Amino acid sequence: MGEVIVVTSGKGGVGKTTTSANLGTGLAVAGHKVVLVDTDIGLRNLDVVMGLENRIVYDIVDVTSGNCRLRQALIKDKRFENLFLLPAAQTKDKNAVTPEQMRELSAELKQEFDYAIIDCPAGIEQGFKNAIAGADRAVVVTTPEMSAVRDADRIIGLLEAAELSNPKLIINRIRPQMVKRGDMMDMADILDILAIELLGVVPEDESIIISTNKGEPAVMDHNAKAGEAYRRITRRIRGEQVALMNLDVPEGLMDKLRKLVGLR
Amino acid sequence: MSLLEFVNRMLGKESTSSKNIAKERLRLVLVHDRASISPQMLNKLKEDLIKVISNYMDIDEDSMEVNLSQDDREVALVANIPVMKMKRDYSTKG
Repeated sequence: MGEVIVVTSGKGGVGKTTTSANLGTGLAVAGHKVVLVDTDIGLRNLDVVMGLENRIVYDIVDVTSGNCRLRQALIKDKRFENLFLLPAAQTKDKNAVTPEQMRELSAELKQEFDYAIIDCPAGIEQGFKNAIAGADRAVVVTTPEMSAVRDADRIIGLLEAAELSNPKLIINRIRPQMVKRGDMMDMADILDILAIELLGVVPEDESIIISTNKGEPAVMDHNAKAGEAYRRITRRIRGEQVALMNLDVPEGLMDKLRKLVGLR
Repeated sequence: MSLLEFVNRMLGKESTSSKNIAKERLRLVLVHDRASISPQMLNKLKEDLIKVISNYMDIDEDSMEVNLSQDDREVALVANIPVMKMKRDYSTKG
């Protein structure tokens, strides 16, 4: 019996889809049978991030409305035998699926797969309610910005109200230089405010854009910092204890000056 | 960055850093978010409290404070209402 994990955030553009793609790929690399489910109906993107946009025939709405069987809609990944994508519908609206249908779908996916990673749409409306309906655990993605943290707080409240307790936090796009000079909230600040458990931190990394351009999740790139961060997060999802990534920046001129005058 | 800010940073002081401003602002905004109560509603609550309490005692309306305070994930309504004078026993009146 597998597990359904929903990746959510409230605010858009903080990296839900990138996180979903990397977690799913990471778990597949580790040998698990994984399905990625895009529930952002009308604004699908997980297919593009995975580089599978040309293979879509059926979508999630075709499955839930009985137009096709689950097996027909699943797209096999190019690189991994044990990784699949269930794409969102692009031409329908979010009410085309109900929470009840999502619960049924999740139950079916759990029979087939070790992990189903659900990419949730932004917002707190119907799409969000659908995405979390069949989930066993939830991951909340935020960036170190006020607006994203505020929305994450709202989402945590809604998840707890929906009895998806103990959601885990991923802090995405940390910029160590800015943290160091006190212009960006760090991990401790955000954890203090949101009061939930940390699943991992991902540094801002250009390689994410490059990997998305190519349709190859960064978790496969062993030279990318963000890839390393996602590999560690993947291991934590599997229940391993993994140390946090070292995000320290090398000493700058300022620090050396301060040390020289004996201020630190 | 102003000169003062620059000097403060040189000295390694963080009080002026923008992250602390963000943290403080977030903390406040989340208190209201979590209690799902708006500043307007809080003001109305304050007015209603004054109305009710004034039936029993004279209070210093200007220095009265009604705020939501937050502890971890709990929010409490904390009111500090200075009493100027007690009114005579209400029930014996008229």
